Amino acid sequence: MTVHQLSVFLENKSGALVSVLRLLKQENIQLIATTIADTIDYGIFRIICSQPEKAYDVLREAGVAVSLCDVFAIELDDRPGKAADAIELFAGEGINVAYMYSFLLNGKGVLIFRTDNTEKAAEIIASNDLNVIREKDLSRLL
Amino acid sequence: MSYQKFFNPEESYSRSELEALQLERLQATVKHCMNSPFYKERFRKAGLTPSDIRTLDDLKKIPFTTKQDLRDTYPFGIASVPLSQCARLHSSSGTTGNPTVILHTKKDLEEWANAVARCLWMVGCRPEDIFQNASGYGMFTGGLGFQYGAEKLGMLTVPAGAGNTLRQIKFFTDFGTTVVHAIPSYASRLYEVMCEKGIDPRRDTKLRTLVIGAEPHSEDTRKRIEEMLGVKAYNSFGMSEMCGPGVAFECPEQNGMHIWEDYYIVEIVDPDTLEPVPDGEVGELVLTTLKREAMPLLRYRTRDLTRILPGECPCGRHHIRLDRMKGRSDDMIILKGVNIFPIQIETILMQFQELASDYLITLETLEDNDAMTVDVEMKDQYIDDYGKLQSLTREITRQLRDEILITPRVRLVPKNSLPKSEGKAVRVVDTRKKY
Repeated sequence: MTVHQLSVFLENKSGALVSVLRLLKQENIQLIATTIADTIDYGIFRIICSQPEKAYDVLREAGVAVSLCDVFAIELDDRPGKAADAIELFAGEGINVAYMYSFLLNGKGVLIFRTDNTEKAAEIIASNDLNVIREKDLSRLL
Repeated sequence: MSYQKFFNPEESYSRSELEALQLERLQATVKHCMNSPFYKERFRKAGLTPSDIRTLDDLKKIPFTTKQDLRDTYPFGIASVPLSQCARLHSSSGTTGNPTVILHTKKDLEEWANAVARCLWMVGCRPEDIFQNASGYGMFTGGLGFQYGAEKLGMLTVPAGAGNTLRQIKFFTDFGTTVVHAIPSYASRLYEVMCEKGIDPRRDTKLRTLVIGAEPHSEDTRKRIEEMLGVKAYNSFGMSEMCGPGVAFECPEQNGMHIWEDYYIVEIVDPDTLEPVPDGEVGELVLTTLKREAMPLLRYRTRDLTRILPGECPCGRHHIRLDRMKGRSDDMIILKGVNIFPIQIETILMQFQELASDYLITLETLEDNDAMTVDVEMKDQYIDDYGKLQSLTREITRQLRDEILITPRVRLVPKNSLPKSEGKAVRVVDTRKKY
């Protein structure tokens, strides 16, 4: 019940970001959502995209420091308070969100996040009947 | 097939036999040195003649020879034979002034090959082995030095050269290579690429023995390489001024490198006072060649810091053992008045599973203060965990501070992003203002 996310470790120097984007462009890979966590020394560039496995191979072969991991993606009605309700379920069980970002897709809100307890989070998602987006759903939405 | 234990009879000489041989060869060497314009003048100035060398202790009367002497007499000024008798020349890069030139006669090359063969034989290499030399050839003595030594021993020898990692690995699997010579940082690289290609060194290759040298490395690095490749890794010590590889080498005990005392006289001196250090203490290695024809060197200051390991080696050789090199008396970093060796930093870094093998120490002047930055490459799998990266940076910083008493700035960088020259990792960059 997860989607693939690429995490790219970027050195904090000019051209680092564009060189990654250029590689993805060359392979005609489409970005769906991205976020950059920045520090003084480096950035973590997280990417949800079309064909994540192919993207991972392309970046690796080009010598980019990249890892492929699974994150939760849940679809919410685009109304105030929906994200709060969803995260409340995890907080109530003592599960912490490591990071989170969101985007709108076809009039729905999509919340991408990673927790510190993947198994328990999956149980909560299932028992509360949350609307999970899977990898195959993503490509259909594009 | 059963073989003799020792490659040469000199290997098993007792101390008294070795010392008798040393004195005989020292006297012959000093006499021969009078054919060198440089040494003739040196002896004249010191008021010495070859007949003054009556005991091994008399060696101390002879002035030291330094790398600067080699530069000042560039290219052929120290030679003790005419050039027509020389068969080969090796030269160092001349990054700080004139390069240094080392000449060899045919006999010198034979003796060099013998010394390297003896080292390889000591760690179990036999004619059935296939030896792949993943070392730079040309002027770098690790190439031809091991080539001729391995051939002398009788191994099928593959002059693979440095780099071209995919081809190296193909040779391993196709030829059934059992012994490899590589610098430690390259051994790690070989393993990484094997993993990427789905090759398991234990399952898919016959690698058994690895010879590592040329780069200082910690015991942890050795263990890590042994574990990765499923081999025994033996430390090799040499330098172009003394031929190249084959000067000292670990025996199967892996506890110190036997230095061949039928070829060299060893002294360990305090680099400041030039007086001998007490037995077992660290100082600068000083070597006198005993069998060189083209270019004998008397009391050559190697700048390598090490110590003599006390006690007898269980292997049965009485040639003294040098401890792992502690760095060089000229690569010692002095930062804010504190003496630091890069190997201290490496030892700390190699304890972190999250880190890859390469690192770079940068020294710079920030607002008139010395500052150290340690860039360290990390493994890909930890990238997504920001909290982990932060706590990792903090923990590395803390441990380094405990070791070197200075707080460096630690930066995690992607794998393969640090500079390399000729496959040999660049470890220290010093951009500080020089006063």
